[in-house]
Amino acid sequence: MSEPLIEGKDIVKYLGTGPGQVQALRSVTLSVSGGELVLLMGPSGSGKTTLLSVLGCMLTPNSGTVRIRGQSTQGLRPEQLTDLRRQHIGFIFQTYHLFPTLTAVENVRLALEMGGERPWNAQARAVTALETVSLGHKINSFPRQLSSGEQQRVAIARAIVGKPAAILADEPTAALDSANGHAIMSVLANVAKDSAHAVLVVTHDPRVIPFADRILHMEDGRLVEKEQSATILRLHERS
Amino acid sequence: MAASGGAPRLSVVDEHESEASAGKDDMEIGRVTPILFTLAFRNLFQDRVRLIVTLVGIVFSVVLFTVELGLFFGFQRTVTIMIDHASADLWIAPAETKSFEATALLDGRERFRALAVPGVAEVTPVLIGFTYWRKPDGKSSTPVFLIGSQLGDGGLQPWNLIEGSVSDLTRPQAVAIDRSYFDRLGVSELGDSAEIGDQKARVAAVTKGIRSFTTTPYVFTSLDRARSYINAPPSSATYFTVRVAPGANVEDVRRQLANALPNLEIITSDQFRQRSRSYWLFGTGAGAALFGSAILGIIVGTVIVAQTLYSSTKDHLSEFATLRAMGSSRPFLYKVIVWQALMTAVIGFAIAASIGLIVARVSTDTALPIILPPVLIAGLFALTVGMSIASAFSAMLVVTRVDPVTVLAR
Ligand SMILES: Nc1ncnc2c1ncn2[C@@H]1O[C@H](COP(=O)(O)OP(=O)(O)OP(=O)(O)O)[C@@H](O)[C@H]1O
Ligand SMILES: [Mg+2]
Repeated sequence: MSEPLIEGKDIVKYLGTGPGQVQALRSVTLSVSGGELVLLMGPSGSGKTTLLSVLGCMLTPNSGTVRIRGQSTQGLRPEQLTDLRRQHIGFIFQTYHLFPTLTAVENVRLALEMGGERPWNAQARAVTALETVSLGHKINSFPRQLSSGEQQRVAIARAIVGKPAAILADEPTAALDSANGHAIMSVLANVAKDSAHAVLVVTHDPRVIPFADRILHMEDGRLVEKEQSATILRLHERS
Repeated sequence: MAASGGAPRLSVVDEHESEASAGKDDMEIGRVTPILFTLAFRNLFQDRVRLIVTLVGIVFSVVLFTVELGLFFGFQRTVTIMIDHASADLWIAPAETKSFEATALLDGRERFRALAVPGVAEVTPVLIGFTYWRKPDGKSSTPVFLIGSQLGDGGLQPWNLIEGSVSDLTRPQAVAIDRSYFDRLGVSELGDSAEIGDQKARVAAVTKGIRSFTTTPYVFTSLDRARSYINAPPSSATYFTVRVAPGANVEDVRRQLANALPNLEIITSDQFRQRSRSYWLFGTGAGAALFGSAILGIIVGTVIVAQTLYSSTKDHLSEFATLRAMGSSRPFLYKVIVWQALMTAVIGFAIAASIGLIVARVSTDTALPIILPPVLIAGLFALTVGMSIASAFSAMLVVTRVDPVTVLAR
């Protein structure tokens, strides 16, 4: 396995203010390497989304460090974090968050052109990315003309088209039936075969476990060891 | 605007277009256009009702502004129409003359004193005055604005004659009126007779397009007849127009005339124009009203556009948050909004300018034509664009505060 692409060390994050304040992350340390698909599981409210937001440079930790491709995010200004996000992170959301007025290929182009890519280059790369998720035949469809699974595949294409170091997905299969969920996970597993990408998937869905290289369990803001994860991993590797 | 911004890219994208045009259901716009433009365009056209409201706002305010300004220009021109057509370098006018329509009288001796000033070549009397025109039917009468001028060279003679000639005004009782006032004056053709101040007046010449912004018809006649129509003393005049000798300096002559005629106004035609304009436009409040409603139009338009852009941005807030999550810089978000504003401006301006030009065309033959010089049109375009961009500020403020974390929260 190649070097870690995304790392968190001793991350502490408080959310909210005043009496409603919650310590969502209590010293979390993890790293995901290129070519790895890691699942992040745990009960509702355990801090999974918060961890993903911190790793994805959308939230700044109260203490601890985040490194992306070895570069620390500490002390970066918000606009620098934004640039980092655009260049190194690809997000996939539970509810896709596609732009309804843009076609599939335009949705993917957007991710490139907002970083300054020329339209025709963006077009070519977007088509390739859509082919990667087996949507080469639907590049000019609008989101409303696509099934939920197809929409999530467009979202994946959008996340991977910029060749980010880390792909962070928050419950990408939660809104999908099991066939579509399976298809989405295969796509992500394929993406993770490339050692240029580290894939971290937050999920509640036990059906996706077979796709994992590794499973992290979270409880009450901490990562916890689970006997079971290693077993499953071994099972998975044997298969 | 949009075309010029996208032009250099378009040509290159066209190559791509031709190689990719095998796909049949291509979205043309998506293929050739930067995504920023596509996104702004689609956001704009997605909600037609809102777009129409926006456009109505822009068109309303720009048309209002155009018409007010066009009226202003037209007014400026018509106010000085008589001064423009008098062949004068200088005017000798009664003290405190505020506009051409003043009615104080000079007694006539001024003329000889003026002629004695070196550099003065000609001094020509002009008599003006308001009086009444009794229609040929003998029953009703209407106010008219009388202009009496020495016929021949100099002075203030009718122009744009379509029937009769200036020399016809030398005949007894002859007057010239504008074709457009026939109905008002109760005449139907050359040769018809009416009465001015109990004396006979006969239409001996007809002009076209000499209309007064005061809506009181002009009646041209000879100097002597004008004096008798308004019972002015034999050598009196309202103004003496002065022509300076070739080679003489107008300003020098003006100063010497002012010394020779200390209690009178000696002003150049330009100064007189300026004075008439400021009197009618600002002394009367007409200009303030025109400017006031023009500014009001702009404010209303800006508020409407700002409101619709703001609500459109609010509606697309989760998209803007997604863009932020994906790592879009703030300037990129602003550009989406500004492009929306610019597209609205261009469409709105095109409609508004067309309406403005039609209104101007229709108004050409009225007493107060709306005049839209090209520089005004260009200025209006700049104004529309500026107005739309100003409108975009509230929307920009909204996206400045958008938090990408909200995307994961849902
Ligand atoms: N803005 C906030 N202010 C205060 N507390 C918050 C805020 N957002 C989340 N929390 C709390 O922080 C904790 C972690 O939330 P988080 O969304 O990370 O959990 P999660 O593991 O993703 O849960 P789920 O599986 O339901 O998505 C929860 O207790 C939640 O209530
Ligand atoms: Mg969550």
